[in-house]
Amino acid sequence: MATSADAAAFVEFERVQKSYDGETLVVKDLNLSMPKGEFLTMLGPSGSGKTTCLMMLAGFETATHGDIRLDGQPINNIPPHKRGIGMVFQNYALFPHMTVAENLSFPLEVRKMGKSEREEKITRALDMVQMGAFGGRRPSQLSGGQQQRIALARALVFEPELVLMDEPLGALDKQLRETLQFEITRLAHDLGITVVYVTHDQTEALTMSDRVAVFEAGRIQQLAPPDELYEKPENSFVAQFIGENNTLEGVVQDIRGDVCTVKLDSGDIIDAKPVNVHTVGERTKVSIRPERVEYNRERLSADAHTLKAEVLEFIYMGDIFRTRLRVAGNDDFVVKTRNAPDQRRLQPGEQIEIGWLAEDCRALDA
Amino acid sequence: MTDATGPIKAADGRPLKASLNRALRREKMRALMLIAPLLIFVLVTFIAPIGDMLFRSVQDDITSRTLPQTVVALDGWDYDSGSPPDEAVYEALYYDMFFAAEAKKHTALGSRLNYETTGISSLFRQTGRALDDMGEDVIEAMEDNVEALDDSAFWAALFLTEDPVDAGNANAALSWATSVADEPVRLPEGLQMSVAGATVFPKAAAQYVAFAAFTHTVDEDVPAEEDPWESVWIAMAQDTSDAGFADRLANYTGPGAAELAPLQEAVAAPLAELSFQAAFLDQDEDWADAEIWGTIQAFSSPYTAGYFLTAVDRELTPAGAQVVEDDVKIYLKLFWRTLWMSLAITFSCILLGYPVAWLMANLPDRSANLIMILVLLPFWTSLLVRTSAWKVLLQQQGVINDLLVWIGLVADDGRLALINNATGTVIAMTHILLPFMILPLYSVMKGIPPSYLRAAKSLGATNWTAFWRVYFPQSVPGIGAGSILVFILSIGYYITPEIVGGTKGVFISNRIAYHISSSLNWGLAAALGTILLVVVLALYWAYDRIVGIDNVKLGG
Ligand SMILES: Nc1ncnc2c1ncn2[C@@H]1O[C@H](COP(=O)(O)OP(=O)(O)OP(=O)(O)O)[C@@H](O)[C@H]1O
Ligand SMILES: [Mg+2]
Repeated sequence: MATSADAAAFVEFERVQKSYDGETLVVKDLNLSMPKGEFLTMLGPSGSGKTTCLMMLAGFETATHGDIRLDGQPINNIPPHKRGIGMVFQNYALFPHMTVAENLSFPLEVRKMGKSEREEKITRALDMVQMGAFGGRRPSQLSGGQQQRIALARALVFEPELVLMDEPLGALDKQLRETLQFEITRLAHDLGITVVYVTHDQTEALTMSDRVAVFEAGRIQQLAPPDELYEKPENSFVAQFIGENNTLEGVVQDIRGDVCTVKLDSGDIIDAKPVNVHTVGERTKVSIRPERVEYNRERLSADAHTLKAEVLEFIYMGDIFRTRLRVAGNDDFVVKTRNAPDQRRLQPGEQIEIGWLAEDCRALDA
Repeated sequence: MTDATGPIKAADGRPLKASLNRALRREKMRALMLIAPLLIFVLVTFIAPIGDMLFRSVQDDITSRTLPQTVVALDGWDYDSGSPPDEAVYEALYYDMFFAAEAKKHTALGSRLNYETTGISSLFRQTGRALDDMGEDVIEAMEDNVEALDDSAFWAALFLTEDPVDAGNANAALSWATSVADEPVRLPEGLQMSVAGATVFPKAAAQYVAFAAFTHTVDEDVPAEEDPWESVWIAMAQDTSDAGFADRLANYTGPGAAELAPLQEAVAAPLAELSFQAAFLDQDEDWADAEIWGTIQAFSSPYTAGYFLTAVDRELTPAGAQVVEDDVKIYLKLFWRTLWMSLAITFSCILLGYPVAWLMANLPDRSANLIMILVLLPFWTSLLVRTSAWKVLLQQQGVINDLLVWIGLVADDGRLALINNATGTVIAMTHILLPFMILPLYSVMKGIPPSYLRAAKSLGATNWTAFWRVYFPQSVPGIGAGSILVFILSIGYYITPEIVGGTKGVFISNRIAYHISSSLNWGLAAALGTILLVVVLALYWAYDRIVGIDNVKLGG
């Protein structure tokens, strides 16, 4: 657990709680510690308290309980305009009565910067987001993606150490979103800034971040780097929320160190890695990623448990094949296989046997 | 290079700009058709009265209408000579005035000219009564020597005819009569002016035709049964003094040729003594006054700048436009007062309305609605009641003064004069017009997302900078809309200034109302109204140049 003594921590939430109405907690016991230069994403369903956390950090909401520290200083002691936090709002919040250049000039003017220095920085910031030619336009004369870039440039132009972004790409189309995702990560790395990024798009979270905090109902469910989050979800919410996932329910029969056996509700027995289960007889949800399921009998170890499956649907998706199976009474069991020359294409109605490595099958909380 | 290819063409080869304009025009026409009924309604009920008002402010044909011949005769007279006009003018005046007096139009003209030169009204009234007696010697001589003239039917037979062969053109006489009587007059059906009679007595024939037409049309009597006016007699006598009269009468074969034979000789002596000038001067010395004649001459055109000159404290004297005396200067002062007080009211509305609107836009809906009701509450009571309530509050023994005395801020013998002056008007009008400022402000502020202020603060702005640089500029369209509403409403307000303004706090509109309903000088009221309209339009134009009218928003 990070504490204020932790020298590496740049942003810290310690036991933070927040309630708007005095009846329900929107944020419950939030603990978070970020080193300088990290790109951290808050990911979670709508209403899970992401914006609230961001607003508390920016100083527009106060925590009901707990401490938020910025560079070791309690945030409540610094008024918002002195925190030096760049912010990109969900709706961009570009000032409509100012041109693009004036928007960018605003944070520099309030910092009493000289004219030539201002102009230099504005030019640099506009070039950085490839909008150099748009300085004289009004925000209303820009497309959504262009406004987004300007909002980004404005949040960065005064060289803040911490930048908060609240679903900045939410309103854009897929292609533009991908381009900008790349640009934002590149800029964050090049400038060495610390970023707290909010989204409910998990692909965005996985591709951009150093670490992802998965929010649910005001709590961080898991805070981990993207690969760990995907491959080693710590509870069934995270497993469900991140990526595609197959879930089977059953009861723990036996735990032996890193491997346990689970008796599914259908009566089948499978191997799994105990993550969130500790006692025999406990109910569990086991989670297997679609691409870790194997139906080539030769590739499975001899002693592995296997399940019978019926092919319901086969979808050709170019780079991969997506096959839907009925497994242990579950009609939504999905298998993804790479489109390789030696890969077999299954036919609907075919009866097959599937299996997996025990470590890929995680027994989580029910 | 793109500029080497010239202007961009649309798909059909026309220049893109022209194509675009055409498309936009078509759209505009369609929109226009949609609002056509409204447009017509506005045109009829709004533009037309304004047009009428504009016209009234320059229209002034009462002099040329009532004294048509006098105005023409007076044309050659020079005011600067200082001497009264010659006999011909007095003669024309006699005939014009006689008819006008019969038609009872001379007093209206007298009142009108009295605005310009006091005394004309009574001069006209008195002279009108005395016209019958002018030239009574001549008429007596005619009665004594030509007995047939006592018979009304004789006159009618002399000057009117049913015979188409004898019919002459009486248009000149009839249009003169129509002008003076200010309504269309005509001869009885089937009767015409007799050419034979008119040849012998050209003046008398014209006068008789006018008399007959007036008697028939306005009095609805039979001309042949009515005694002609004295002016007709005088005209006949004057006709005898023409050089060729004896010959004309000798050639005359129509009715009454024999009876009229002694006429010339009988009137020769009294006619030689008849002077219209003397007769008028005898009536009133003022008829020799060049001022009177100058005034008539100055207002003889059917259009006048006189009302406008009066409205800017000038007067149209016979010697040209001149500034009036200091103690009667009033209108320019009133215009200035109206302008600066309207500005003061607008500013105090901004000062009071802005925070209220801000509060409403930023409070939760429930509280905002409550404030909204309070803002609209005054609309539910009558304007008169509200204004009168201010009287109770503001008067010297009123609530506010009592309170101030009780607190000890003012001494009991030094109570503030808060009413019946400019202060009272500004206070009461600000209160009455405040909702017109708050409502547009509120709706504009409601449309400013709170994230702008947050963004400004996150960019390093203090609360004040964020407000001033980011929030305030976006609320300016609301201020603009509210200011235009309040300013234009207040510049034309008159009930409230009338009640609480005393003499020092009244507006130009109060003066306009006075001229419309009390002094009945509609021309001046129209001129004042026109100037007010022009001032408002000019300010609107200036506002457009400085702030830009597209910067005005009534909603967010
Ligand atoms: N100003 C407020 N007053 C009262 N409740 C609020 C307020 N702002 C947010 N909430 C509530 O707090 C909870 C969390 O809101 P928050 O905006 O943090 O969600 P979020 O994770 O950002 O959701 P989204 O992804 O939809 O933006 C929601 O249930 C919301 O209704
Ligand atoms: Mg949010």
